[in-house]
Amino acid sequence: MKLDVVYFAWVRERIGVPRETVETQAATVNDLIAELRAREDRYDLAFSDVSAVRVALDQSLSDFDAPLAGVREVAFFPPMTGG
Amino acid sequence: MVVRVQLEDFNLGQELDHLRAGRRDIGALVSFTGLVRDDTGDLTALELEHYPGMTEAALTEIETEARRRWALNDSLIIHRYGPLKPGDQIMMVATAAPHRKAAFEAADYLMDFLKSRAPFWKKEHGVEGARWVDAKEDDEAALKRW
Repeated sequence: MKLDVVYFAWVRERIGVPRETVETQAATVNDLIAELRAREDRYDLAFSDVSAVRVALDQSLSDFDAPLAGVREVAFFPPMTGG
Repeated sequence: MVVRVQLEDFNLGQELDHLRAGRRDIGALVSFTGLVRDDTGDLTALELEHYPGMTEAALTEIETEARRRWALNDSLIIHRYGPLKPGDQIMMVATAAPHRKAAFEAADYLMDFLKSRAPFWKKEHGVEGARWVDAKEDDEAALKRW
């Protein structure tokens, strides 16, 4: 399946692009992260400490063990600092 | 109930006037304004990044929950993005209610959730370079009191 993957803040800076389309068979967010980390060092670096990363599926906060079936957009970013 | 995510500045007085215009049922109007603070004296700019689409959805969800919990006449959230300077306004919330307790509590609630659940990220630019602002554990812990 094809997923739109978007990155924000330092996750975006480490990966080097704000958005990309990823062809993947990953069943969960954790699987997707493992696939990306195996691809290139920049992903490995960005996801080296996942406790510092948050995920949203189709623009709604989610968990790393959430399934990706039916999802179109996955976002990775650091804990939010609004206000 | 309004949520605005914008590049441009806002006028607090005008926003509050607009919120209460033509109404006779509001007894309390509370507002909070967040400003760019320079703690060390070397902040040159604060850059605010956000997630268009999710930001508006998250703020609307937070505001909807506040209005479910408190009897509000109206509410408003404005949050800016883009490059800001020390002293600039970052965001505001306003809550209107018949009585002050609901207005104060709802504004406090909006701020607590906005800080940790709305997809904004701050990057500080200083004379020594730039750094992303870390989320505070206190901010996450603050959600538990609701």
